[in-house]
Amino acid sequence: MELKKDEKLNIEEILKDLEHYRPRRRGWHWREKVEKQKIGPFEYLETSKCLKNSIPLPAAKYFGNIDPQPDYVITTEIASGRFEDDIRRMRMAAWHGADHIMVIRTAGQSHFDGLIEGTPEGVGGVPITRKQLRATRKALDMIEDEVGRPINFHSYVSGVAGPEVAVLFAEEGVNGAHQDPQYNVLYRNVNMVRSFVDAAVAKKIMAWADMIQIDGAHNANATAREAWKVMPELMVQHAINAMYSLKVGMKKENICLSTVPPTAPPAPCLRLDLPYAVALRELFKGFRMRAQMNTKYIESSTREATVTHVLNLLISRLTGADIQSTITPDEGRNVPWHYFNIQAINTAKQALVGMDGLTEMVQIKRDGPLGQKVRELKERAVLFLEEILEVGGYFKAVEMGFFVDSGFYPERNGDGIVRKIDGGVGAGTVVKREEDYMAPVCHHFGYNNLPEGLEHPCDLIGGCTLCNPDKIAYIDELDEKDNVHVRLEETREIREKGLIKPEVEWFADGIVCVNIFLPVKEEVAEAAGLEIARRMGLQDPEIIHREIMHPAEGTYLEIKGKVPFAIDPATLSIPKKPEVLSEEEIRSFVKEHPIKIVAATVGEDEHSVGLREIIDIKHGGLEGFGIECHYLGTSVPVEKVVDAAIEIDADAILISTIITHADIHRINMRKLHELCVEKGIRDKIILVGGGTQVTDEIAKESGLDAGFGRGTKGIHVASFLVKKMKEKIAKNGG
Amino acid sequence: MQRKDDFETRRKHLAHLTEEELEKRFWELTEKIVDPLIELARTHTSPSIERSVLLRMGFDSLTAKAIVEKCVEKGLLGKGAGHVVLKYALYKNIPIKEAGKKLAQGEGWDEIDKAMALKIDASVVGKVM
Repeated sequence: MELKKDEKLNIEEILKDLEHYRPRRRGWHWREKVEKQKIGPFEYLETSKCLKNSIPLPAAKYFGNIDPQPDYVITTEIASGRFEDDIRRMRMAAWHGADHIMVIRTAGQSHFDGLIEGTPEGVGGVPITRKQLRATRKALDMIEDEVGRPINFHSYVSGVAGPEVAVLFAEEGVNGAHQDPQYNVLYRNVNMVRSFVDAAVAKKIMAWADMIQIDGAHNANATAREAWKVMPELMVQHAINAMYSLKVGMKKENICLSTVPPTAPPAPCLRLDLPYAVALRELFKGFRMRAQMNTKYIESSTREATVTHVLNLLISRLTGADIQSTITPDEGRNVPWHYFNIQAINTAKQALVGMDGLTEMVQIKRDGPLGQKVRELKERAVLFLEEILEVGGYFKAVEMGFFVDSGFYPERNGDGIVRKIDGGVGAGTVVKREEDYMAPVCHHFGYNNLPEGLEHPCDLIGGCTLCNPDKIAYIDELDEKDNVHVRLEETREIREKGLIKPEVEWFADGIVCVNIFLPVKEEVAEAAGLEIARRMGLQDPEIIHREIMHPAEGTYLEIKGKVPFAIDPATLSIPKKPEVLSEEEIRSFVKEHPIKIVAATVGEDEHSVGLREIIDIKHGGLEGFGIECHYLGTSVPVEKVVDAAIEIDADAILISTIITHADIHRINMRKLHELCVEKGIRDKIILVGGGTQVTDEIAKESGLDAGFGRGTKGIHVASFLVKKMKEKIAKNGG
Repeated sequence: MQRKDDFETRRKHLAHLTEEELEKRFWELTEKIVDPLIELARTHTSPSIERSVLLRMGFDSLTAKAIVEKCVEKGLLGKGAGHVVLKYALYKNIPIKEAGKKLAQGEGWDEIDKAMALKIDASVVGKVM
């Protein structure tokens, strides 16, 4: 099945025949860096191959709509709770430049002792199941063909079912995963013995599948009271997982450190975060860096989060990264919404491309204060390791609360996370492998008493699923009430009739967000804001962001609520989008065939803003394309406009008019046409009308050649003039 | 534990190290911490590990879960759940899939000691699929 650019993804088509769908490749894909790449008018030093289909940054229109793709893989985290909605968001994300799709698991899955099957609904993420993975992979395979770049699919090999999840991922074409036994121990209270024993088997399978691994160290940032003080410990955590993975057999270049600049403004964050980033990259040479954005200090302001994230990106560019993860700027207030995923991806793309080649001109001063800090951090980390060994090893250190203590090691505040060796989920479940222990499958870590002389361990059973994927057992659904088919039934009418409802998270959830400024103090503003939302017809209004502009002068609010209706597009009159020529095309035509126009606001109308925007060079108006504009001012009689046009031998007349009383705009346009006929110039002159109430239809009815209404830009009018001029030239035989 | 930052006194033995020596020490210490953990993993198993073996043998997650629960109950997890299924299949001379299904349904566990006593070598390859 091939995706068509102007057609929506058909989820029911994806769900068909999943039982037989096989992923087409294994392993991770890094972007292909292109040295000194020429894109549009520029040469780039740190970009990768361009996409076949993509949506460039808004300002790209000034640079020939180029969409340079940075050299780092860009991640987006998707967490709606319904995979069928996630898939559509993934497609949007891929078009904006994400090639690492990280699916967040539903709350509670890490304590589920086994695999979940089917497609039940999740909370804050989706239940990761074979069916969900397969459907998602199938969709991503189509999406990667559409954008022209492989997409890495990623989730979590953690919790008490790590080894099984690793097998599932390897079988279903998942390309990367979080795997770090320390994460289970510290943040999920999984028994530490179980966690480490399971991790080795899981990592070995991930290594076979050539998946990349991301560790869990960054969670210490998010958990510790003062995030910047855990830096020595972060290095210790990275090291333990990295070394453990190497010893299991994972390739160094597939081991990624999940690293977050720990601090954010108003702290002087770069001075704290930069030495840490440098120390980490020096200590962990050869490993990969997954640079994550800060989540610890995200509040409900999406603007504030974005600025923090741009500073994080500066650190990535200065010190290097392999994967640039993104955090949606709305994470501080709700489960990420579709368009905030896209905003976060664009924040990364925009900042990375903007800082392209920065280190060619700007260098980190390794000596001096930064170097001293780097040295100090490394020493503190070494001291941490020494003390772990002194007290009797890793498990003892965890029992003593070594980790996630808010003291800057060796300072200790006694608030670290304490776990006991015989405590936590899955305690007492690990057993010693007996002398005759055997696992008749491939890529199994640890002691395995296989008979001698086997070529593959799985020869004993006629092949395992890693060697022969046809052996994979597929379960479709287990719960007949909680599954994707039931959910799709609920929205069938809306989907099939093509009805339109707003959406931020789930299809047709009806949620909209309004931005309101109220000139009163916070408490009053909040009550008034909710009342305004209710009177606007929004259901369940809720304030999701508030900012005091001044204690007495006013408060800014963002309020979400639900609209209870759907729109039928058949009832809408949709104006045709004007065809627009490229700026280049317009300019080169005007150069060869100079165009002169006369413009005025006619009748008793003092409004000049709209027309000026169409003309002025600084608004991207006609002058900017080389068109000679004679602006006569406001309240100009139609006769005067026509006389001026004759006098300068203009090619076109532009008049702007608004409704002052009944149909005055029609009368003025009609008058313009008739006067031109009277004066014998109608055949050679182009007449254009504009104004907030003008449409192309009304203008043409009134005898003009075209009409432009609200939202018109200079380029629309310029495109029309050039096309019309071309027609005239063709008609007159060139 | 509460402790004031005594970095300056603690670091004395590190002060003379070059950057390279310091980094080497970092990795040597890490290795010392990790080695016993790896050894623990090499010599132990868990219900999830054994279910992962059964998945690789082609069982679905429900069957794998049922077999492993029985193995735990019978004290056979240390032999390996896949091993148990393989031996039972050989003992009964039935396909692996069928053996696993029976064991998951609670059948055959009274014969399992006899099945486990079978000695096997590479010549069993091809006997059960």
